[in-house]
Amino acid sequence: MKFTIQINEGPYQHQASDTAYQFTKAALEKGHEIFRVFFYHDGVNNATRLTSPPQDDRNVVNRWSALAEKHNLDLVVCVAAAQRRGIADADEAKRNGKDADNLAPGFRISGLGQLIEGGIQADRLVVFGD
Amino acid sequence: MSDTKKFLYVNRKAPYGTVYALESLEVVLIGAAFEQDVQLLFMDDGVFQIAKGQDTGEAEMKNFSPTYSALGDYEVTKMYVDKQSLEERGLTLDDLIHLTYEDEDDDYAEKDSIRLVSREEIAALMEEQDVILSF
Repeated sequence: MKFTIQINEGPYQHQASDTAYQFTKAALEKGHEIFRVFFYHDGVNNATRLTSPPQDDRNVVNRWSALAEKHNLDLVVCVAAAQRRGIADADEAKRNGKDADNLAPGFRISGLGQLIEGGIQADRLVVFGD
Repeated sequence: MSDTKKFLYVNRKAPYGTVYALESLEVVLIGAAFEQDVQLLFMDDGVFQIAKGQDTGEAEMKNFSPTYSALGDYEVTKMYVDKQSLEERGLTLDDLIHLTYEDEDDDYAEKDSIRLVSREEIAALMEEQDVILSF
């Protein structure tokens, strides 16, 4: 089956990203296809490479980056939600006149159309959030 | 992307306490360009999103409620409201913004977008969807 995953909550504060990660990993292990993982609302905070959790805890951001690299996942961060919350890649930072960028490897910033397309293209859109 | 799917946006939260309502509306507006079969459902505190007379001036937040009235122009014409959620909050249809659309199949007659539905009807509505986005 082909899945699109939507994550609506940030890391650590909420379980959504953890559950979505475990779901995505399990689906891939079972041979399913992940069409896209879309980060929305505070979910965009899963994409900052400046996250530095304690050593004895999971690193939610790095874990997504590693999974993306291993399975060639399409991790998409909503541009409008990202701008509100200070998540930017180099291009976005330049465009908005910011002096820094923070997008973690394996993520890309794009529009909400990517979420709708994900809903159209996948067999199931699974939403993780409140 | 030639196939049309049934999309249901479920709005369950009050408009200003969290950002979900505003960002849900942003998805609906972008999604309208994809020419899918779109439905909106307002339930629980989500019914307050389309309450009449919203004034956010003193809260220093953007009042985005006028945007709901524009959805008809984006061919988003099916707005379901959970009857029970309204009743639980002491609201009636008259407390909601009068949302309408022009029916191009009926000589552009102005029609009501809002339909009050029961929990049973909501279950049936959800059953027939391809994609449900819950905010």
